[in-house]
Amino acid sequence: MSETVLRTIDLTKRYKNRLAVDHLNIEVRRGDVFGFLGPNGAGKSTTIRLILHLVFPTEGDVEIFGASLKQARHKALGKVGAVVENPSFYGHLSALRNLEILGGLQKPVTRRTIMAHLDRVGLADRANDPVKTYSHGMNQRLGLALILLNEPELVILDEPTTGLDPQGMKEVRELIRELARERGVTILLSSHLLYEVELIATHMAIIHEGKLRVEGSVQDLLKKGQSAVLVKTDRPEELLKYLETDGAYRSAVIRSDGVLVELELERIPELNRRLVGAGFGVSALVPQRTLENYFLSLIEGREAQETRPMERKGGSDKP
Amino acid sequence: MMRLVWFELVKTFIRWRTYIGFIAFGVIVPLVVAGLKLGGQRSFERHLLSLLQNDFVIGGNVLNGWFFGFFFMSALWVHIPIVLTIVAGDQIAGEGNAGTFRFLLTHAVSRSRIIAAKFIVTLIYTAVMVLFTGGLTLGLSLWAFGGGDLLIIRRGILVIPEAQLPYHFLVAYGLATLAMFVVSSLCFFFSSLTDNSIGPIIATMAVIIVSIIIISLPFELFQAIRPYLFVNYFDAWQKIFDDPIPWDVIRKNVAILVGFMAAFFLATMVYFSRKDILS
Repeated sequence: MSETVLRTIDLTKRYKNRLAVDHLNIEVRRGDVFGFLGPNGAGKSTTIRLILHLVFPTEGDVEIFGASLKQARHKALGKVGAVVENPSFYGHLSALRNLEILGGLQKPVTRRTIMAHLDRVGLADRANDPVKTYSHGMNQRLGLALILLNEPELVILDEPTTGLDPQGMKEVRELIRELARERGVTILLSSHLLYEVELIATHMAIIHEGKLRVEGSVQDLLKKGQSAVLVKTDRPEELLKYLETDGAYRSAVIRSDGVLVELELERIPELNRRLVGAGFGVSALVPQRTLENYFLSLIEGREAQETRPMERKGGSDKP
Repeated sequence: MMRLVWFELVKTFIRWRTYIGFIAFGVIVPLVVAGLKLGGQRSFERHLLSLLQNDFVIGGNVLNGWFFGFFFMSALWVHIPIVLTIVAGDQIAGEGNAGTFRFLLTHAVSRSRIIAAKFIVTLIYTAVMVLFTGGLTLGLSLWAFGGGDLLIIRRGILVIPEAQLPYHFLVAYGLATLAMFVVSSLCFFFSSLTDNSIGPIIATMAVIIVSIIIISLPFELFQAIRPYLFVNYFDAWQKIFDDPIPWDVIRKNVAILVGFMAAFFLATMVYFSRKDILS
């Protein structure tokens, strides 16, 4: 079993009457890309701030590379690089100067090294411009350049793609994958976007109202999510009746955009053949990401309504 | 630590707001000197002579550069805190407001070292500001009005020979710098309490103004409070122009001012080392 890089032990944070993080126990192992998932306000950012010692726990502790944050903060955070929420820099200083200052806090960094990292994130040509002239995406990239400067073994990213355009999101995700794959960096990534975690992470934990709801490998958790396909047809009502009579599929429900049929994704061609054979005009078969349902059921404490057997339901665009 | 101080110096002295005070005094002082040279000096002379001519024979260049250097110092010690707070108030609150603490504090640098570095830079800025203002006022005054002995009218008349004046002014600027260190330290402490740079400026000026009012009013209650207010010791620099120089009083004042400064710094350290960074 690989080494535990980060462990929270009954980590708790209370703000007056509000319990932001409630006895949280998560474990990140070396080489993991660990997705820390939860809706807005679930306690993700507070947890990350607790891990980075920006806020102090009401109870509990954090161990990073075996060192207690309470007892050996310096040692614990020595190999950690982090971007918490939006990366904020000294706007009146250039990117080069910002990295010189923020990257040189532990040990001096040469301008050559800084330029190499700026080049890596595509900011070398803007190195001498004041950071206040940078876009949000450029700030995100500058944040990544900063955390890579000290060659961390654990990188913590809090909602790293928030506010980025699709191209920026893709670049950041590629950079994260590259960090994990080529440099062997362990990554803890918080997000409220399930598909983002699915795309990048190997392990994940779901947090809601400060409590850990589930933790495990993404593959295992994906199995818990049911699979379904959205059938776009000219006769949805008749299709529903046909499926009820046929009895070969677990459930089906009418939605505003089609009929959602619960089935294993490898059975989609078979379904298509049957429907066409029965005379239905099938314009599209769209596989649905029903892990979202599982996620919603965890955070809302209910089973997802969309997959109830043979229930008629209209008006919702959610899968 | 030296690198941290250097980084703080770079951050502070690359911002234009750091130079607001230098620009303000750099404009106002030459204007006032020019105004004095173009007629104001004669009004001063008439006023002074009307006070003294019945009892003394006044001769020589009485209203000289040293006199106006002393005059400026007496007039500006209330104004210098305003410009000092612009920088001191932003040292911690500015980082909170900008969100830069999130990077600064996650790089395994202790909070106390960061605060210490910021405090040192705040003191450096304060010293540079006071010495710049002192140097500018005295230098311009001497250039415009020439030298001579210094006539001081305070609890009687005292004449200090010109040869002794550089020493007196040097010590006086040192004491004035110390007094301003206390102002900056207080503002620095207020800066740790908030993420808004304006708050510490207003709070510091409010404390100074209220304290000045308290020490100025002759009420018994206020007189009892007086020893506990740091502004009560701000005039330590003026005592260097007394004869004989009351070194015991000056030493005591210096110790009290250093005590206030240390107390504000320690309060900042204690508060900030336990502060949740939420910005």
